[in-house]
Amino acid sequence: METSLDIQAIRKDFPILQRQVNGQPLVYLDNAATSQTPDQVVNTIVDYYHGYNANIHRGVHTLSQEATDAYEIARQKIQNHFNITHSYEVIFTSGTTHGINLVATGFTSFLKKGDEIVVSAMEHHSNIVPWQMLCERTGAILKVIPMNQEGELLMDAYHDLLSDKTKLVFCNHVSNALGTVNPIEEIIEAAHKVGAAVLIDGAQAAAHIKPDLQALDVDFYTVSAHKMCGPTGVGMLYGKEEWLKKLPPYQGGGEMIAEVTFEKTTYADLPHKFEAGTPNICGGIAFGAALDYMNSIGFDAIAQYEDELMQYATEQLLSIEGLRIYGTAKHKTSVISFNIDGIHPYDIGTILDKLGIAVRTGHHCAQPIMDFYKIPGTVRASFSFYNTKEEVDILVAGVKRAKNMLV
Amino acid sequence: MASIKDIQEEIIDEFSMFDDWMQRYEYMIELGKSLPLIDDQYKTDDNLIKGCQSKVWVHAELDDDKLIFTADSDAIITKGIIAILIRAFSNQKPQDIIDADTEFIDEIGLKEHLSPTRANGLVSMIKQLKLYAVAYQTQLK
Repeated sequence: METSLDIQAIRKDFPILQRQVNGQPLVYLDNAATSQTPDQVVNTIVDYYHGYNANIHRGVHTLSQEATDAYEIARQKIQNHFNITHSYEVIFTSGTTHGINLVATGFTSFLKKGDEIVVSAMEHHSNIVPWQMLCERTGAILKVIPMNQEGELLMDAYHDLLSDKTKLVFCNHVSNALGTVNPIEEIIEAAHKVGAAVLIDGAQAAAHIKPDLQALDVDFYTVSAHKMCGPTGVGMLYGKEEWLKKLPPYQGGGEMIAEVTFEKTTYADLPHKFEAGTPNICGGIAFGAALDYMNSIGFDAIAQYEDELMQYATEQLLSIEGLRIYGTAKHKTSVISFNIDGIHPYDIGTILDKLGIAVRTGHHCAQPIMDFYKIPGTVRASFSFYNTKEEVDILVAGVKRAKNMLV
Repeated sequence: MASIKDIQEEIIDEFSMFDDWMQRYEYMIELGKSLPLIDDQYKTDDNLIKGCQSKVWVHAELDDDKLIFTADSDAIITKGIIAILIRAFSNQKPQDIIDADTEFIDEIGLKEHLSPTRANGLVSMIKQLKLYAVAYQTQLK
């Protein structure tokens, strides 16, 4: 496989890849659920707790200042990585779901009965439920952009759904269940023409694509660090300054206030208005380290290599009789969802686990997609830049073995 | 009529013949294929056990003073696990089912399926069998 990346050297950064599972070398192909964490990020976490663990933004002592500086530098790294205009448009969150809920809750006061919210048919539950709850609170109506058998959004139908009633559009950048890369440029542009705001869920995209949020002109974009070599429990929500100023605070507490008396509280400026309480300081700093790590490898090289890996895996898997891949969009990334005729995905996943191969089975928190294909779930293999062609071969051999046992 | 303990010993004996996990799983899959299938009329949502990635239906009915279980699943390994459970617990007195332990699952090398966080719901399955036993025990009195 042609790549400028030294995959064996990269793998040394991830000690977990050396471990065994059920007596077999681990083959980790559940990267869409969470990515592994390189030493560079783990060391950042250790350094923080060994060297300068302190609460931020309030202490006059040296440790507090050092922790505050490191946390704010991490915010700037996120700003630079996603090409965001102002660092105060970067809100630290606990992850993508938190970011979505922050926006959904904030929009309660902007919506009225009969307003419309548009979501895509290939959303994760975390991108459906908050909007359903928002609709229940406000009387707004949820409209769904349909998709075709390949797992691509029907863009004509999308344009037809838009009207002056549309206030919000939500879509994932990449589908976690199918791997489809959605045409978010077109989605954003069309939504803006009718005056609707757009939130893009970048959770599944951010490990593979480096989005330029200024060029996209998107209103909100949200990601989780743990899907891009960072730790769990931290993520970021980008919001355009004008929107973040309009949105009410999500949670009350320390950090998010300017002045408090029992009569009235004045909220702090951005981004602190949305960062109540002591944040995940170490997580935020480690998120910055994860971006440094991935950028040192380079997103172009990552995307090219992962694409080759996925193409190779697709060809090899399709050579297995009775195997069907769900999600065959022209533009997709790093996810292969499949089933074998007459075999339950859970059975395949169980046998693969015995062989040391980690895949995801089930509905991937995207039941509407499973209903669309009329299946209980799929087996999902998802790739990262530290996976190898040899691992794809082990997967394919494992699937064949499982098929022989189960049919 | 063999006791639950006797049947469990028998199952442990059978599984001790196998050297590796593959043979154990292949045997379990065979057992799954011979599972006494639940009558379609009982394959209802009420009889569905929650907490499984695969669907599992269990039905219980009293035959004289003994409880008979039938079941089905859409996943074959899950069916194998149920087949083992049903063999151990079906056609037994409710009180004996209530009192029975389930350590034999450990001994036949399926311990990993007993973790409460495992999505196959083996734990919920056992709980459901015992709940039926408790319900019918009350009825017998």
